Amino acid sequence: MAKETKTNMAEITVSANHLTRLYGGRAAVSDVSFTLSKGEVLGFLGPNGAGKSTTMKMLTGNLAPSAGSVKICGIDMIENPKEAKALIGYLPETPPLYRELTVDEFLTVTARLHGISSKAIKSAVDRAKQRCGLTEMSKRLIENLSKGYQQRVGIAQAIIHNPMVVILDEPTVGLDPIQIRDIRTLIKELGKEHSVILSTHILPEVEIVCDHVQIIDKGQLIFNGSIDLLKKQRQGNRLLIGLRNAPTLTSLEKIAQVEKAESLDNGLIRVYFTPGESPAEKIVAAAVKGDWGLFQIQPDQTSLEDVFVQLTHQ
Amino acid sequence: MIWHLARKEIKSLFASPMGWVILALLQFWLGLKFYSGINNYFQVMSGIIRPAERMGVTSFIGQSVFGDASFFMLVAVPLLSMRLISEERKSNTLPFLMTAPMSLTQIVIGKFLGLVAFLSILIGFVLIMLLTLGLWADIDYGYLVSNTLGLWLLVASFCSLGLYFSSLTAQPVVAAIITFIALFGLMIFDRFFTGNEGSIMNYLSMMQHFQPFARGLIDTADIAYFLLFIIAFLTLTIRRLDADRLRG
Repeated sequence: MAKETKTNMAEITVSANHLTRLYGGRAAVSDVSFTLSKGEVLGFLGPNGAGKSTTMKMLTGNLAPSAGSVKICGIDMIENPKEAKALIGYLPETPPLYRELTVDEFLTVTARLHGISSKAIKSAVDRAKQRCGLTEMSKRLIENLSKGYQQRVGIAQAIIHNPMVVILDEPTVGLDPIQIRDIRTLIKELGKEHSVILSTHILPEVEIVCDHVQIIDKGQLIFNGSIDLLKKQRQGNRLLIGLRNAPTLTSLEKIAQVEKAESLDNGLIRVYFTPGESPAEKIVAAAVKGDWGLFQIQPDQTSLEDVFVQLTHQ
Repeated sequence: MIWHLARKEIKSLFASPMGWVILALLQFWLGLKFYSGINNYFQVMSGIIRPAERMGVTSFIGQSVFGDASFFMLVAVPLLSMRLISEERKSNTLPFLMTAPMSLTQIVIGKFLGLVAFLSILIGFVLIMLLTLGLWADIDYGYLVSNTLGLWLLVASFCSLGLYFSSLTAQPVVAAIITFIALFGLMIFDRFFTGNEGSIMNYLSMMQHFQPFARGLIDTADIAYFLLFIIAFLTLTIRRLDADRLRG
């Protein structure tokens, strides 16, 4: 089938070029560009109303960009929408489900509409159900399923045709912790063979499943890089130390490379040092020498939330 | 691809009580009409009237059955067509269709064909019912064919109009009301404006184009009228959905 030949064609699966979307003169998304390669999981982060969903709608051809273009595996979404759409699976914010159908019926319809041959439909449906943990729900009406299971059916319909690119808009909303873990495993697994784009505002989720992160705010792409880069931003020039018989703060500040020390409410001391240096050893040595009773020393990481807040409030 | 979507629509219609109820009620009423038509035929034609004024059994019964069928479609079509697109809008399922590898034209035609196929079941039953007259009488098959074709074209036009109004709103009930008013308007339009022969209103009126079929006359001009009507409203629907994609 055409789908298979295209698989090997290009490493880059998604490329967005200067995507812009205007709503009555206001830019919901402006000049967003990025590329995604096969086998990568891209996390889309941003506060509410930042333009995450709008971008995803444009990537999937549900919304025409005001300017810019989207290419899926080299196929232009605007010029050849049918061919490009055959390569993507999309779970919108609200899972698109026909509530009057059973899970099996709905997935069969999905498989048919995505052009899976009638012989392969049954195995495709079974595989999707099994991957999303829906096997026992086959005969149930979608209407009667809980929110979490409905969400899973939504994911199942997005991956049933084994698309090159899977785009999930907040896939873990409304799931219980165990389901969230399952879905994360599933996303990671999908990320091996396909490209996955997911949007979320659960920050740890990004760290767990994504290779790449994009932070979008007020329609602008304000951070685009690998997850390691984001983690690096978190490590600052601070150490947290805990001392049983703490000396005066000034004596701590006398240690080379330490610029400032302050005591915190929880009894620990935060030490600021010259960026790029690592005064930990010297502090330990000084603590031993002065018998300060050191019981804890650790880098004072900025939480992912703080990085996020910093970036989006610039 | 179009057929797959049409099948899905038929499945959805059968999954809701609405579809079954409408099919059953219409079939019940038309069956009743057919039955009373046969009874009346013998009473009316039992020699009281002069032979020259007698009419054939096909047109006597066909007239009342097909006449009622076209009238009831006026109510049935809005009830069935209202959900086609507005329900998808309401429950946010349009992205599902928009993301599938189908063009908007395929989506719209698929939905249209699904509904027409569903109503064709009813038209088929009506035809079979009248064909059973052939078991004991000489019937006018041509008359039945032209009436069936006329009814079918009328229903298809109603469906295309209903589909368009369904694409305008996210509230199925609103879609049903507007469709009903529009269809009713089309019907009574005829009463007020088509008095004199040859006026332009005669060309526009749907009933003026439907009547020849009811008399047993198949005219290509009438077929063309219905086809143009269907194509016009399907195109409008496609444009409406495209506007969604463009304007969001």
